[in-house]
Amino acid sequence: MSGVRVLVGTRKGAFILTSDGKREQWNVSGPHFAGWEIYHVNGSPVNPDRLYASQSSGWFGQMIQRSDDGGKTWEAVGNKFAYEGVPGTHQWYDGTQHPWAFARVWHLEPSLTDVDTVYAGVEDAALFRSVDGGQTWQELPGLREHGSGPRWQPGAGGMCLHTIVLDPSDPERIFIAISAAGAFRTDDGGKTWQPINRGLKSEGIPDPNAEVGHCVHHMAIHPSRPGTLFMQKHWDIMRSDDAGDSWREVSGNLPSDFGFPIAVHAHEPETIYVVPIKSDSEHFPPEGKLRVYRSRTGGNEWEALTNGLPQSDCYVNVLRDAMAVDSLDSCGIYFGTTGGQVYASADAGDTWAPIVRDLPAVLSVEVQTLP
Amino acid sequence: MIRVVLPHHLRNLARVGDEVEIQVEGTATQRSVLEAIEATYPVLRGTIRDRLSLQRRPFLRFFACEQDLSHESPDDPLPEAVATGKEPFLIVGAMAGG
Repeated sequence: MSGVRVLVGTRKGAFILTSDGKREQWNVSGPHFAGWEIYHVNGSPVNPDRLYASQSSGWFGQMIQRSDDGGKTWEAVGNKFAYEGVPGTHQWYDGTQHPWAFARVWHLEPSLTDVDTVYAGVEDAALFRSVDGGQTWQELPGLREHGSGPRWQPGAGGMCLHTIVLDPSDPERIFIAISAAGAFRTDDGGKTWQPINRGLKSEGIPDPNAEVGHCVHHMAIHPSRPGTLFMQKHWDIMRSDDAGDSWREVSGNLPSDFGFPIAVHAHEPETIYVVPIKSDSEHFPPEGKLRVYRSRTGGNEWEALTNGLPQSDCYVNVLRDAMAVDSLDSCGIYFGTTGGQVYASADAGDTWAPIVRDLPAVLSVEVQTLP
Repeated sequence: MIRVVLPHHLRNLARVGDEVEIQVEGTATQRSVLEAIEATYPVLRGTIRDRLSLQRRPFLRFFACEQDLSHESPDDPLPEAVATGKEPFLIVGAMAGG
C-alpha cells in the first residue's frame, strides 16, 4: 500500500512523519540533528530514500546532511559554499553597498532526473549545484552576476534565495526567487538568467516597473503546466501564464493577500492554496482564525478552509517553505506553523487534523508519496 | 598527545565523547590543533573555523589553563600544559540564544 513521508524542518531539529495511504495514523521520528536549525529537508524524486537536509547554526555554521535510507541514518556531506570569483556587493538595509557573504542554505531542490544532482538556494542570494550527492558544491554564477545584484537587498530574514522550481518539461529551465530581488528564470541550464518581475507592484519601490527589488515569498507550479506560475508575494497573490514574462494579480476576495506559502493541488492545475496573514507587521492569521484558502479557479475566487483548524485565539505563522502536497488519489495538503503544529488534510483541504502539535517552530514541510 | 574538549553539538557531529585526543606535529598552536582536529574529524570542517577564511567562528571561544586564548595569534605556541596533555584545550560555544 502506498504511503506518505512528511519531512519537517524546525528551529530545533528535523522530524519525519510517516503514514500509510489513509493518512490517519502517524509515526513521528525525531528530532534528527537535535538543537540545530533545519531550514529544509527534501527528497529525490528519482529515489525517495535519498534525502538532503540543510542543518545550520549561528554557532557552528552550515552542514548538509544526506540520507540513503529515507532518513533512518544520515551522513554529513560537503559544506563548502564558495562564490565564484569576487562576489561583489548588494544593497544593504541603509541603502549602502554591502559585501556578499555566505550565511546558510535555505532550500535544497533535488534534480528531477539524477539522484546525485541537487540545487541549493543560499543566503546571501546565490544558486549552487552539486552533481555528486552533496559532496561538493559549485555556484551557478550567472544569476548573481546578472547585473542587477547591486540593487538586490535583504528582506527581514536576510537576502535569501528561497525558492527553486525545476521545469519538468524542460531540463534547461529553472525558476528561482530571492527576497528581496524578485523572480528569475534561466532557459539554458543556469548559465544566464533574466528577471521575470513584469507586472509585480510593490509598495516602497518608487518605480512601478522596477526590474528587481520585489519581495517574492514563494512560487509554485503544477507539473503538467510548467508555464503557469503562482506566486505569493510579500503582498499580493500573482499568476503568470507565460513562464513569468508577465504577471497579474489574483488575490480576489482573500481577507488579506499577505502571506508566505503557496501550493498547487497535485491533480488539479487550477486549484491553489494560500494561508493569509494579517499584514507585514502582524505575522499571524486575521482575526486569530487559522484558515487555508483554496481557489479552484486559479485565483481570484477563494474559499476558506477551516474544518479542523483553530478558529479562535490562533496567532501562529506559516512560513514560505512550510506547505506541501502529496500525490495520492485524494490529494493531501500539509502545512507547519511557527507554533509547532503540522496539520494535514487527506481530502484536498476540506478537513484538517494535526499530525503533531508541539514541535519547535516549523521552518519547512515537504511531502513524499511513497510507492 | 593533546586533549581537546568539544562543545556538545560538535561531539554529536563527530560522534565522540567529552574529550578527544589528537597528535600534532611540531609546535602545538591553535592552528596546528585545529588542523589536526579537522583532519581527524572532517565533519568538523567549517564548524569551528569559517570554511573559507579559517577565522574562528564568532560564537566560539578557545580556553586553556584558565586563560581565554580566543584573541591570541593562531600561530602562538599553546601553553606547555596543553602541549603535554596535562590540561585540555577547550572549544566553548557562547552561552547565548534560545
